[in-house]
Amino acid sequence: MSFLSIRNLSAALKGRPEDRILRNVSLNVAAGEVRGLVGESGAGKSMIGKAILGTLPLSVEITGGQIILDGTDLLTLPPAQRRTRIGQICALIPQDPLTALNPSRRIGPQITNRLVDILHWSRADAEKRARDLLAEVHIPDPDRVMRSYPHELSGGMRQRILIASAFAAEPKLIVADEPTTALDVTVQKQILKLIAEMQARHGTAILFVTHDLGVVSKVCQSLSVLYAGKVLEDTTVRDFFAAPGHAYSRALLAATPKYTDPDGSLTPVPDAVIAATRAEVADADRMTHV
Amino acid sequence: MLDGRAQISRPWSPRLILSGAWLAFLVAAALLAPWIAPKDPLAQDLFLGRLPPFWVTGAEPGYYLGTDSLGRDVLSRILHGARLALTVALIAGSLTCIIGATLGLLAGFLRGWVDIAISRMIDIWMAFPPVLFSILLIAVLGPGLTSIIIAIVVIDWTRFARVIRAEAMAQGAMDYVASAQVAGRTRLSTMVTEILPNVLPTIVVLLTLEMGISIIVEAILSFVNLSISTDDPTWGGMIAEGRTSVHQAWWVLVFPLVTLFFTVLSFSQLGEGLKDRYDPVLR
Amino acid sequence: MQLLRTFLLRLATTAVTLFGVAVIVFFVIRVVPGNPIAMMLPPGATEADVAQLTALYGLDKSIPQQFLIWGAGVLQGDFGASITSRQPVLDLVLGRLPATLELSVMALVIAVALGGFMALTGTRLRGSKTEAAIDVGNGVALSVPDFLWGLVLILLFGVLVPVFHISGRVTPSLELPFSTNFYLFESVLRLRFDLWADIVGHMFMPALALAIPLAAIIGQLLKQSLKETMNLDYVTLARTKGYGENHVILSEALPNAILPTLTLVGVQFTFLIGGTVIIERLFSYEGLGNMAIDAVINRDLPLIQGIVILFAVIFTAVNLAVDLCYAALNPRLRHA
Ligand SMILES: Nc1ncnc2c1ncn2[C@@H]1O[C@H](COP(=O)(O)OP(=O)(O)O)[C@@H](O)[C@H]1O
Ligand SMILES: [Mg+2]
Repeated sequence: MSFLSIRNLSAALKGRPEDRILRNVSLNVAAGEVRGLVGESGAGKSMIGKAILGTLPLSVEITGGQIILDGTDLLTLPPAQRRTRIGQICALIPQDPLTALNPSRRIGPQITNRLVDILHWSRADAEKRARDLLAEVHIPDPDRVMRSYPHELSGGMRQRILIASAFAAEPKLIVADEPTTALDVTVQKQILKLIAEMQARHGTAILFVTHDLGVVSKVCQSLSVLYAGKVLEDTTVRDFFAAPGHAYSRALLAATPKYTDPDGSLTPVPDAVIAATRAEVADADRMTHV
Repeated sequence: MLDGRAQISRPWSPRLILSGAWLAFLVAAALLAPWIAPKDPLAQDLFLGRLPPFWVTGAEPGYYLGTDSLGRDVLSRILHGARLALTVALIAGSLTCIIGATLGLLAGFLRGWVDIAISRMIDIWMAFPPVLFSILLIAVLGPGLTSIIIAIVVIDWTRFARVIRAEAMAQGAMDYVASAQVAGRTRLSTMVTEILPNVLPTIVVLLTLEMGISIIVEAILSFVNLSISTDDPTWGGMIAEGRTSVHQAWWVLVFPLVTLFFTVLSFSQLGEGLKDRYDPVLR
Repeated sequence: MQLLRTFLLRLATTAVTLFGVAVIVFFVIRVVPGNPIAMMLPPGATEADVAQLTALYGLDKSIPQQFLIWGAGVLQGDFGASITSRQPVLDLVLGRLPATLELSVMALVIAVALGGFMALTGTRLRGSKTEAAIDVGNGVALSVPDFLWGLVLILLFGVLVPVFHISGRVTPSLELPFSTNFYLFESVLRLRFDLWADIVGHMFMPALALAIPLAAIIGQLLKQSLKETMNLDYVTLARTKGYGENHVILSEALPNAILPTLTLVGVQFTFLIGGTVIIERLFSYEGLGNMAIDAVINRDLPLIQGIVILFAVIFTAVNLAVDLCYAALNPRLRHA
């Protein structure tokens, strides 16, 4: 039994069911597993993460399906209960560390607030936990950092803090939404390594959203390929890199720098493949509508 | 994906229609006042004082909205009052706009000592309580239409100058202005051809707003008895008289007040509506 | 240090502004037609009486000379004497100031409460019909100035449903045990809640009239700023931690959304104070503004000067205070 099981999840613009954003998405994340969610920009990767965490924009509504987390369908829970549940067992590592910390609040409370307010820890325990975690993500002088405001810290430092904060409550599932995209290339590597290291130590399941197959090959065990809100392929990382099952996946793989020739002459995803994939999605739409 | 911008049609919004209709109606009433006003707005008849409007018992036929304490017809005075109100709105509004916007453009685009001088002036002006300033100016200039217009221009130019200065500054920092400069144009011509069109929507909004404000200023001055002369029908004068007798004859206050209210509201809504419709940047 | 230098620079420009105000008002009112001296003397006074009084008030000297004499006095806290009442201007003005301050602060409190409520409700219910209704209401409230709201309130709550007083500051027949002119404040200190209720009953209508446009501005601006903040990543992150909508709005978004509103509210508050002039007249409220209009009508030059300068001091002080608040609330500046 998977820890997270999304079944036939569909979402569309509010009041415009024909403008589909997610199309019968199904995917599973087992306890302790790291699953990559790949696809080009606008494919709906973030929407899946937001659907799980209950942070979809107001303009988007879920039109069908289930999100079963630890045996309960989140979509059937009353909003308040659902929120608390997510706060207790899930966490988010956001994309942009520069905007993901509240500029008017010190770092310490931003890490401890969930522990104190939602999980009802004592303040002292929460602060000790925050300090330990900051040390764990290799931040020198955690005490000083906890007293700092976000604008006093570098981007890489802030992303470390956000990672520490995500692991603080020992969640069972973390959604990491392109956690390295906004960073410098050199910092990217360190952060990626840090996430892998923390994941291994805490055994947390991660849904790892990225558009970079190179990243997937480094940290994930399995992956789902998304195009226009539809899952084209759901496989293990080993099988995928050995023999991608879908024409679009093959093209995507060919377009990823590391796997083409090292001189970096990239083959963009050919138009013909895109056209065929679009037709496939449209066909599937027609099937479900009839 | 579709480009949304081309698709969005911009219909006449309700507020544009409503405010436009009210103002058009008012302009017509002002132009036609001598012919459509049922009575002479100045004619007093103490035997017909404080007649209620037509639907209240005790009303006299012909005095649709009642009479004030001197027996003057409220409706006729409102219609004639519209002439003064709209004249002030048009002349004072446009003059304030031209002077204020020009100073704002100069300050924001030329920067340097021009900006320093104008900004200091604005600071000083902003430290005056405007209503008191206008009352003071009328005391200096003496009552009359010209004085009112001068007072409004002298006081309110900062409304334009402040906003347009900031906008011109922002526009001046943009690339297209730099490229126009490189192309060897004079600064003034760049200002007129590159900056002015881009701040025009803001100017229009401010202008319609200022027209409404001008009418209010006139009403306030009439209210403290400093506007034209006490006999001439002005909305502010009627309101002042209505305020004193509000417990005996509410209609003397209500009708000019409602007219003034909708007129001021319409001017500002017209500006906002026009901006939504014609602003080049979709907001 | 940076902060201190900015502050000193601001003080210097403030001084320049006040000087400019003083020069302008001094020269403008000396062009006022109508001889204040002639107006204050009983009919039948002789030329010699007029000349004597004119000399007494220094009005026989040249205008620049008069300015120097007056300026020197002001720097020593002497604003001259009122021509009509012959009392020191400073005493008169400071005697009325509490009434106007209480009115302005009450209006500000109402505006912040009303505007804040609109903004928070609109944000909480964004996308709903309620939000649309709030937008329309704000649009109307914003477009119509305090003078008209005052008249509307007089009709609604003074005449139609007479629940509030529409004239004066306190019922004249009441015995007032106060030793200062801060009636509202002192009535609370002395636990005289009967008087307090009477004073509030008098102040509420004019304060509300002053507050309505500002409330709309706060409502509109704060809501827009809140809605933008609500889309930021740190708010989303707080949601995923298990916090509800109310908490997210109040403790994550609000502290950051307030800053842009604050600077604007400062300028708008000075407009509100400027509005007391006509609102006090409208509600026969015995404050500075009402006294100012009388002073103009009576051509009481020293009094007009004193009142205008006092207003200018208040305005610049408010702006300065807002800038300091902004710096204090913004951690980026605080720890720069
Ligand atoms: N706030 C929003 N309201 C409506 N539609 C949105 C919103 N944000 C994104 N979308 C749409 O949802 C689709 C998926 O977006 P997203 O999940 O952010 O893509 P990505 O795979 O790059 O993370 C896109 O087609 C986008 O147009
Ligand atoms: Mg995304």
